[in-house]
Amino acid sequence: MLSTPALVLAIMLFGLGLIGLLSRRNILYMLLSLEIMLNAAALAFIAGGARWGQVDGEIMFLFILTLAAAEVSVALGIVLQLSHRFRTLDADAFCEMRG
Amino acid sequence: MISLLWLIPALPLAGFLVLAIFGGRFTRQQVAWVGCGSVGTAAFTTALVGREFFQGFPDRESYQQTLWNWIDTSGMTVGISWSLDALSLLMVAVITAIGFLIHLYSAEYMAHDDGYARFFAYMNLFVAAMLTLVLADNLLLLYLGWEGVGLCSYLLIGFWYREPEYGTAAQKAFIVTRIGDTAFAIGIFILFTQFKTLSIQQVQSLATETWPVGSNVAMIVAVLFLIGAVGKSAQLPLQVWLPDAMAGPTPVSALIHAATMVTAGVYLIARMHHLFELAPMVQEVIAVLGLVTLLLAATSALVQQDIKRVLAYSTMSQIGYMFLALGVGAWPAALFHFLTHSCFKALLFLAAGSVIHSLHHEQNIFKMGGLRRHLPWTFWTFLIGAAAMSGVPLITSGFYSKDWILWSVWSSPLSHRWIWFGALLGAMLTGLYSFRLIFRVFFGEVRTQPTGESGLAMRLPLVVLAFLALTVGFLEMPHTLGNVTLFSHYLSHALPATAVLPGIDESSEVREQLAVTVAALLGIGLAALLFLPGSLFGARGTDQSTSHPSVTLLQGGWGFDRLYDRLFVRPWFAVTRNSSDMVDRGYEWLAVCAESCHGWLSHTQTGHVRWYAATIAVGTLMLLGLFAM
Repeated sequence: MLSTPALVLAIMLFGLGLIGLLSRRNILYMLLSLEIMLNAAALAFIAGGARWGQVDGEIMFLFILTLAAAEVSVALGIVLQLSHRFRTLDADAFCEMRG
Repeated sequence: MISLLWLIPALPLAGFLVLAIFGGRFTRQQVAWVGCGSVGTAAFTTALVGREFFQGFPDRESYQQTLWNWIDTSGMTVGISWSLDALSLLMVAVITAIGFLIHLYSAEYMAHDDGYARFFAYMNLFVAAMLTLVLADNLLLLYLGWEGVGLCSYLLIGFWYREPEYGTAAQKAFIVTRIGDTAFAIGIFILFTQFKTLSIQQVQSLATETWPVGSNVAMIVAVLFLIGAVGKSAQLPLQVWLPDAMAGPTPVSALIHAATMVTAGVYLIARMHHLFELAPMVQEVIAVLGLVTLLLAATSALVQQDIKRVLAYSTMSQIGYMFLALGVGAWPAALFHFLTHSCFKALLFLAAGSVIHSLHHEQNIFKMGGLRRHLPWTFWTFLIGAAAMSGVPLITSGFYSKDWILWSVWSSPLSHRWIWFGALLGAMLTGLYSFRLIFRVFFGEVRTQPTGESGLAMRLPLVVLAFLALTVGFLEMPHTLGNVTLFSHYLSHALPATAVLPGIDESSEVREQLAVTVAALLGIGLAALLFLPGSLFGARGTDQSTSHPSVTLLQGGWGFDRLYDRLFVRPWFAVTRNSSDMVDRGYEWLAVCAESCHGWLSHTQTGHVRWYAATIAVGTLMLLGLFAM
């Protein structure tokens, strides 16, 4: 079946993204990793949709695409503010609120 | 016109809302206009409604008006619905007319008070609540008014809230009457579980159909209602709040603690008379309670030093007469005494207020004297009020109402001879304490210099009420004197007629009336002997009060305050002060647990985003693992 390799690819991408998210300290790279994880999830939906011959998978993909776009625009705005305030992109430096 | 009935309680309520919202921005004159105007228009509407009610009277015994459904759940429908019959029309007329006069009086009496708008807002709310009480068609709406007047009483007793003792007096009044209110509420619950309806008419007709006379349920409900009435009307054993309630401004004492609210208990018993007729033993208890209260209060009134406390005890005593009449089944007589009492007692309080006003808030009668020449209007109106209260024969209303009650006690099959003798003794004591006040305050030498007679807004209500206190009695005169039965005829459609023992003849009525007359005059004569300066014992009477133990006992209202303090208040405080409470321990342990858990878990809140991401990932993995297993 075609869906099995696609799912394997999705799992690999998701794992890579997670490792990147946890190991990187630069917040921009963390965002990149997050995007990879999102796309891995979207790929899993496409694969599922193809496997069952349903259109739902593709609809979910479109949703994830829009969600990712919105998320990135908000996140980049926050990153801009953070770099202004702290003069660094190190995620561990932004812990003074403890929350 | 009769469809304007809803306006009568709505107008004072609107006055209250306007004053509560905009009162701070109004000038004093505007406040007085709104406050008096709302009650005045309500009185005018009552006149219109009453006229139409009389036109169709014997054919239409009551008029119902439903505004909307208040509560509508399965099995229970309670409407905002009014019911007007002869009994409630009488109450409404008294409340709005006397209420208006007292509002007019307050406009001048309170003129220099800081809380002018607040005062009129509370007073208007009180009138609205009292009208709800007497016009209510069902018991729940009646209870709403019942609690509303209790709330206003609390607010107005503690009106000068900067004095801590006034606040205590207000709380005392609220808590003591609350005991009665709770019993009343339980009575309503029982009635509802029995009949699945709260309509007063339906409840009573169902009760007479299903319960035999003297049945246990009827007894229990009647006792619970009686406790409610006793609390509201300051009768034994819940009477202790009324003397302290005199902490409020004097117009409040006149309106709430003399003319209207304290008679709500009388109204309740009269309104539920079918129920009380099913419980003859409870009726007997009412009569005995009334008698004991009227004697205790009358003896206490004899030795008080505060002019308002004398009047407070006299109110308790006069309401005792009403309860006595209700107890022996003389329903119209009780309501007639309510009518005359609200006229002469409101008059006495307002005149006393006029005295207090001109003496810079001096209330001790031992510091008063000789005011007869300085305050002629106040003197004559006070004299009329005191004469009406002591029942000076033929010319005052109090004579006709008290005589009717005593004659009913004499002739009722529900009564005993000793009750009549007790009531007669009470009539003598009434004359004694009323005229003790007159002689102490208005005769003798001047002890505090008055500032002069009060203005027109205070004198007009005094004169109108004095006129009423003299003439209202002519609505009902006994067989032996004119035989006028306007009042009993009017009420005969709402209340059953007085029961009379067979074999009572008119000659005994004449003898009985002579006894009442002699008792009243004897009391006044004794007062003149004892307290009139220059008379036989008058000189001795001018001393400051003695500290003889019996006098102290009477001054404290027979020591009920001390008894309740020992029995309830102190044990309660002792219990609450006890800190090693087992129940508390459990809750304290719970609090300690939550606190330590919080301290432990707060270590996970580091602020590091990657730490959070890792915990989320691990958590998800663990959840997935759980599902996989």
